Amino acid sequence: MSALTGIRVIELAHERIAFAGKLLGDMGADVVLVEPPGGAPMRLHEPFVDDVPDSERSLTWWHYNTSKRGIVLDWRRGDGREALASLLAGADVLLEAEDPGALAAVGLGDAVLTGSLSRLIHVSLTPFGPTGERRNERATDLTLLAGGGPAWNCGYDDHDLPPIRGGGGHGYAIGCHYAAMSTLTALLHRELGGRGQRIDVSMHAAANVTTEMGSYNWLVQKRTVQRQTGRHAMDTPSMPSQVRCADGRYVNTGVPPRTPQEFGRLLAWLRALGLEAELPEAVFLALGAERERIDLSKIGFDDETTAIFAAGREALVLIASRVSAEDFFLGAQRAGLPAGVIYSPEEAFEDPHFRARGMQIEVEQPQLGRTVRYPGPPYAFEKSKWAISRPAPTLGQHTEEVLSDAGLDVASLSRSGALGRPAAVQAKDG
Amino acid sequence: MKEKKRALEGIRICDFTGQLAGAGATKWLAAFGADVIRIEDPVNQGAWDILRMMPPFVDERRGPDFGGGFNNHNAEKRGITLNLRTERGKELLAALVARSDVVTENFAAGVLERWGFGWESLRRIKPDIVYVSNCGFGHVGPYASFKTWGPIVQAVSGLTFTSGLPDREPAGWGFSYMDHTGGYYMAMAVLLALLHRQRTGEGQWVDMACCDVGLTLNGPAILDYTVNGRPMRRAGQPNGNRSDWPRMAPHGIYRAAGEDEWVAIACRSDADWTACAGVIDRDWARETRWSTLAGRFEAQDELDEKLTEWCRGRDKFEVQRLFQAAGIPSAAVQKPGERIDRDPATAEMGLWPIVRHSKMGDVRVDGLPVRFSETSWTIARGSPCVGEHTQEVLGELLGLGAEEIADLRARGVV
Repeated sequence: MSALTGIRVIELAHERIAFAGKLLGDMGADVVLVEPPGGAPMRLHEPFVDDVPDSERSLTWWHYNTSKRGIVLDWRRGDGREALASLLAGADVLLEAEDPGALAAVGLGDAVLTGSLSRLIHVSLTPFGPTGERRNERATDLTLLAGGGPAWNCGYDDHDLPPIRGGGGHGYAIGCHYAAMSTLTALLHRELGGRGQRIDVSMHAAANVTTEMGSYNWLVQKRTVQRQTGRHAMDTPSMPSQVRCADGRYVNTGVPPRTPQEFGRLLAWLRALGLEAELPEAVFLALGAERERIDLSKIGFDDETTAIFAAGREALVLIASRVSAEDFFLGAQRAGLPAGVIYSPEEAFEDPHFRARGMQIEVEQPQLGRTVRYPGPPYAFEKSKWAISRPAPTLGQHTEEVLSDAGLDVASLSRSGALGRPAAVQAKDG
Repeated sequence: MKEKKRALEGIRICDFTGQLAGAGATKWLAAFGADVIRIEDPVNQGAWDILRMMPPFVDERRGPDFGGGFNNHNAEKRGITLNLRTERGKELLAALVARSDVVTENFAAGVLERWGFGWESLRRIKPDIVYVSNCGFGHVGPYASFKTWGPIVQAVSGLTFTSGLPDREPAGWGFSYMDHTGGYYMAMAVLLALLHRQRTGEGQWVDMACCDVGLTLNGPAILDYTVNGRPMRRAGQPNGNRSDWPRMAPHGIYRAAGEDEWVAIACRSDADWTACAGVIDRDWARETRWSTLAGRFEAQDELDEKLTEWCRGRDKFEVQRLFQAAGIPSAAVQKPGERIDRDPATAEMGLWPIVRHSKMGDVRVDGLPVRFSETSWTIARGSPCVGEHTQEVLGELLGLGAEEIADLRARGVV
């Protein structure tokens, strides 16, 4: 039993919404992914198994479509549209990322969806929301992060270099997180006696409220944060927090010590490494350790408080330059100081802590005839099972099963061309 | 049954969260009508959540009731103080837990347990309680005692690494992206566990770790490693604003006219490029070697140089307008003031509501990027001052009289 067992989700395949479907599917929902004839364009997103481009070999597709069944249905035309409407009549949730007005244009507007299907939760994820003058602007992950705020925060101290958007599709991820949170909120509302409803999620708005101080420094004080290498964008510059360690890898030295106890432990670590004599500012660490309380709001106003904080940072920088990134991380943490090694994704994946937490999951992959290791659960539920219940569907894998279970005439739909023919994928998402 | 006006009306949350990674989660739940009651320590005036004391500030006033970030993340919640060092404080908390559906916290692992409110105690008090803990490394595993902060989570989970230019140190995220995102997953965990309870009657503990979440956000890169044996730590990676997955070129953030002004352009396909060349309207853009993705992808340095030259003298919003008019994704890199005060798309979503705070007055905060047709969110009340609702909550929920509360106050329990 999982939290969403028995919840039926219909997802209209689109690169923007795929992750939301995975989040629900991995928690037990029966997610039916509806692809157009020829397959979803996302099937041709890199990387591919052995770098061989093929609609069944995209690792991006594999990752974002776990725990879903897949059907092919041309829902934009006559009997395909009717078939989709039948599926929706038995569904709890519709997830889609079509352009504003696209569903209404084929006769699947609000009146049909949440109007006649009073239980249905219709989640529409669009770049700018369904209304307003920007609603039809084109967007990708990059442009969403650029226009929506996150990119302004990210980059280097050197402003001749451009703002950098973090890699990995986070503009889409942010939108999908809000789509999933919205779905769950509306499901709970319905379980508590409410009706279904339509939910609009704006990806641009989602990025806008995922910028931390970027937004609220402006909202409160009309101050503009400025990007800095590897650390928070601020309206006043802060000291560097990344250091290249003896092994060439980087660490984030973290929030510098704030409490007397932390100053004491940092001083002890510095001494244990025999480095106290190399740091003239160590005297301020001792002062910090002896204080009863340190008032954060006095930084920049009171000289001694300011010096104590600066010394904390200096000590961390000195230590980092003398040990490996991993040793710095472990040493700092054992001294009770929040610091981190900057792992690449695969290094994080192989770290003993994450392995111990079950973050490597074996999934049977029919295309390869063997299992493949996937990232595990983002949360550890005691009772509601998180699981990759099946690998991403091959094209049309469950068409017949899903449509006949819904009482639809598969043979007739097939004859009319609504189920497509096995064929190469034609184009990238537009 | 009478239709509820708010989606989560009737759900009560006993909330120990702070910072953004925890408070962000209960902000969502409160905005949809859950009764979120923050429980804070009267001795240190709620200072565990350092955002209570941190800038930005609306004016010259300082102290635990004036942190702008705190107000942003704690709108719509109530706040009480309880001294859990005292027996009476513990009794009152137990009584409150017994009347709640959910307990949320993002302390370091083990803190709540040391106060006598670990999972075993909570479920004894209320068998179907939902308990969601959220800490950097989780409550189980070799690093369970380690401490984190947004940037540390991002570093260790592999996210910082993926943001940067080749052959330079990581650029990282420039904000606590994983505090936001940890909060999103924490909200999902609460909702999922409540759905589970609704259907089975069972409560449960969810052990959430922001680092786990961060790790899962690099799925395709991890599969490239487990299937193809290709690590992300290799020459040429990360590659800034370019796009290898899916392949697009040109694809970048280009300098525009003015001080630190930039514009993003993403050319998704050969058809997009034809349209791009029309916008650019220069001979070089019409050269046939650019007409295929392979041609553009192989010579991205050269292409980016030419495009930079073209953009450099132009206003970023003008570039955005020209490319959008041709159907090509493009967006000015917006500064906070531009996207908050002058962007019709954030205004359209009502994204910056004004809350009324008891001491700060009216302040604009982050809203939610969603609209529900039947039960949408409300963010109108500011964050609670320290102990602002102690009397109200203890009276209304636990039936304590004014005299009794005054006595608790005198004894330092609240």
